[in-house]
This record gives sequence, C-alpha cells and structure tokens, in this order.
Amino acid sequence: MAVLIFADQAEGHIKKATYEALSYGAKIAELTGTTAEAVVLGSVSDDLGALGQYGVKKVYHVANEALNHLDAQVYTKALAEVVQQSGATVLVFAHNLTARAIAPRLSARLKAGLVAGAVGLPDTTNGFVVKKNVFSGKAYAFVKLNTDIKIVSLNPNAYKAVAGTGVAEVVPTTITVDSPKVKVTSSDKVAGEVPLTEATVVVSGGRGLKGPENWGIVEDLAKAMGAATACSRPVADSNWRPHHEHVGQTGEAISPNLYVALGISGAIQHLAGVNRSKVIVVINKDAEAPFFKAADYGIVGDIFEIVPKLTEEVKKLKGIA
Amino acid sequence: MKILVCLSKTPDTTAKITFKNGNTQLEEAGVQWIINPYDEWYALVRAIELKEKDPTIVLHLLSVGGADLDPIIRKALALGGDEAIRVNTTETSDSFYIASQIAEVARQGGYDLIMTGKETIDYNGASIGGMVAELLDLPYISAASKLDLNGTTANLSREIDGGEEANEVSLPVVVSCMKGMADARIPNMRGIMAARTKPLKVVEPVDAEKLTTYVNYELPPAKAGVKMVSADNVGELVRLLHEEARVI
Repeated sequence: MAVLIFADQAEGHIKKATYEALSYGAKIAELTGTTAEAVVLGSVSDDLGALGQYGVKKVYHVANEALNHLDAQVYTKALAEVVQQSGATVLVFAHNLTARAIAPRLSARLKAGLVAGAVGLPDTTNGFVVKKNVFSGKAYAFVKLNTDIKIVSLNPNAYKAVAGTGVAEVVPTTITVDSPKVKVTSSDKVAGEVPLTEATVVVSGGRGLKGPENWGIVEDLAKAMGAATACSRPVADSNWRPHHEHVGQTGEAISPNLYVALGISGAIQHLAGVNRSKVIVVINKDAEAPFFKAADYGIVGDIFEIVPKLTEEVKKLKGIA
Repeated sequence: MKILVCLSKTPDTTAKITFKNGNTQLEEAGVQWIINPYDEWYALVRAIELKEKDPTIVLHLLSVGGADLDPIIRKALALGGDEAIRVNTTETSDSFYIASQIAEVARQGGYDLIMTGKETIDYNGASIGGMVAELLDLPYISAASKLDLNGTTANLSREIDGGEEANEVSLPVVVSCMKGMADARIPNMRGIMAARTKPLKVVEPVDAEKLTTYVNYELPPAKAGVKMVSADNVGELVRLLHEEARVI
C-alpha cells in the first residue's frame, strides 16, 4: 500500500531534487491514508535517518557497491525487487536524468502506468489523475493511471520540500544485483555547482554577451543569487559555453522559480525550454526583443552596465559584503 | 549491422496549441506536423552518418501511427535509410502501447542498435527508449550526446545530472539521443527522389496494454504582462523580485 520514493544519490550524497520528491510522496501518503517510505541504492555517506524530516517513515537502503553508479538496467531490476518487498503501490521519482533513465524501464517491467514530469498532486477522487507538462510548456495534460502500481516522476521545483523533525528507520536491504553491462570509461562532473535542471534560480546569457570572455558578469550575478548558469543555443553552438548549459527546445528544458535572461532575444525554440519557469526576468538592449512578451519583469538597456549593478543590489539584499 | 531509428511526428515548434471537445483533444486544424526534432536531428542523422562510414549497415526507420504519418516518413527517408516500417494504429496516446509495438518490430528484425530521440516535444514523456529497452531486456543509454561504433561495441557520451560521462557497451543496445550527436540536415533533391521508391512496409499492431489515459488538457494561465523597470533603477527590480515575486 505504501508510497515508495526513490531517493537519488550522487557520490554518496542525496540529491536536492530528491527532497522535493520525498515531501511530495509523503503528501500523497497522507492523502491516501498510507505511509511514505524511501529507497536508496548504493553506498552513501549521508545520514539516511534524516530523510524522516521529509515525512518518510522507513528508508530501504541497498548498500551494494555495484549500485554506486547508474546503470538503467541494473537499477530497474533492483528497484523492482524493493517495490515487491515493500508492497508499494505508488512510486515517486524526481524527474531528473536518472529518473528518465529508469522510471520508463520500471514502468514496462512492472506494467505500472507512468506520469513523467508531474506538476501537481494526484487527484484521487476518481481514480488516480496527475497533471503534467505537455507540448514543451505550452499546455498541461491530466493523465489517469489505470494500473495497480502507479509511477509519478515529479518535475523539479513543482513541489516545495518541507523539512520537519521526523527520523526514519533505516532498513538495510539485501537483494540480488546484476553486474552492469555498461562500462563507465570516464566521467566529467562540474564539481560543487548546482545542476542546471535542479536549480531554483538560473542566470542565462545569450549572444548579447558578445563573447565568452564577458561571462564574468553572468557568473558574478549567478554567484550572488545562488543560481546555476545557462546559455542560449547560439552561445553553445559557438562553443562560448559548454553544451550542457544550453537551454531551449533542443537543449535542456528547465523550470526554475526564477530565470534571468541576459542578452537573449527569446526565439520560440528558446522559450520552449524555459517557459515553465515561474518568474522570468529579461534584460536586453532591444525593446522589441520578443522575450519581453513572455517575461514578468524587464529592463531595456545595456547588460554590461546593468548586470554589475544588479549583482551589487542582490548582494546588498542578501547582506553579502 | 542493423540499425532501427524510431520516429514520432509532433506539431511544429512554432505551432499554436489549442484543444477541442471540452479540452479532451488537440485541435489539429492548422497544425503543421514535423518529425520530432530529437528523433530527426540526432537519432536519424547520426544513424545516417554511421551508415555513410560503413555502407554495409542496414538502416530501418520505424514509426507507430496512422497513414497520416506517411508524408513524415517519406521526408525522413529523403534524408536517408534503406526502408521504413509503419505500425498501423490510431492508438498513439500511451507510451507503453507504442513501446510494445516498437519492441515487437525490433524482435522480428534483430537490430543491433535501436535509436530514439531523448523525448518528443509534444508529450515530453522521455519514456519510449527506456520501455523498449526493458521489453527487450537490453542495456539503455539515455540522453546520449555522442555515439560511435567499434565492431560490436558502442562508445557513447551521455548526460548525467550535473555533467557528462563516457560509456562503453556491447551491442545490442537502445540509445536515446540528444544535442551533440549530429547536426540537422536538409534533404536534397536526390534524396527526395530516392525516397519515393524506398519500401514503406505497413504492419498491423500486436495486442498490448495501455497503462495510461489522457483525460483532458489545460492551457497555462496567460501571463499578466511584463512589468518594465527603468535601467536607472536596478534596485527596484531586486525589490520586486524579493517582495512581490518572492523568488530571491
């Protein structure tokens, strides 16, 4: 009966997006009169009992080193076993890259309906219906899950993580784990930075920055705001910035609370990647830039003058000297 | 070596999305259809590049849907590929149902590499590749930005949360493709002519469950309109973001 939340970890630490998923799953458990439990795969250094703060009563921990690294096939089989052991009927994921790799596999394995990119709590008055993003942010759909086991993958920043006081019981769990067929030959992680898809604030630069050497003002603002940095397609295509920073139709689709666009005109392909942001700020020297139509706040002017001032004002607000 | 590329049709990126019949169906009038960009620019074009390097590769295109898909499939064939298969069904709303059809074609065809886009730009499920891989019990590399073949081994780069990693895996494998894989191409006249005579096989669907139902749709609330702040008063923007929007 329980709601089981997949608590995703990287290098031994629980990912931030997971806290939203835990709170969301705990709320579903509350609404459906059951308990929330979590599952963690691989070795972790974090205190897993602390996940109880987000409302889960139990944490199944499969501390098998073969699970320290994501292999979709291996993870799916392991999770399916934990689902069986726990008797869970609702599975919750944070809709990040890991979830995209394993939730569909698990859906097919368990014949469990999947909502990928949920933006709200399920409506259980008539079945189990979940609202999700469709048409790249241009609409929402209400999707009914027709199966006994239901899988919901929660969009980042769609549900607020709420930390309380509980402590979860950690249950060391042993299952058979296959050896991975995919070999990881190298890994390139941007250390210490907030992953773009998980960031609550994103500062993004476009062609208006004129060149990679000018990115200092973007990074300074991002640092002051505690934001991740992103860029538009022409910027990534010109190799001013790495490809994984590209947001838009063919890059990353993000949904932060605040998106600050600097020197980006706002082509429809760009908007398709960022229109799920709660608040959009556009700063551009061209008053006719189409992005202003999709923005909540705008400033027309020279980014090279405005952005450093903005950084100072943000620092003042946050009390950073 | 046999490659299968899965293609979906989606409304054009610039299409205005509206619904009909009490918001239960997409209003298709006036919508221009394209091949899902991730399927076309990345999966298909990369498969074509691989075939250009190794002409012994057999490249099949696959789409699941009604006869209205045929023009889209011909367009894809104009870019490249030896033949196309269409699973003839109008039931295209459930990912598991579609994945089951793809898995069946893949089983019959004995493919070494099955490629999809990382997601479609209409239902944004990012689910088909993973489901197909599970149904075939194959490894799955999602959100891959590079793919090379080396005998029976595939070398890939894929996106992970906060970075990128390089993978090596023995074929057969299912790969979902994203930016970085290849650059968009435009079909040339020779390709368009050749596509007319390439085989497009129509096969009937197999029985499969539908795990989900799309009940209805909703358009996001209209934006209240942009509030402009003077370039001389940047502090005001910070105040608004803090006190009004409460995002910083």
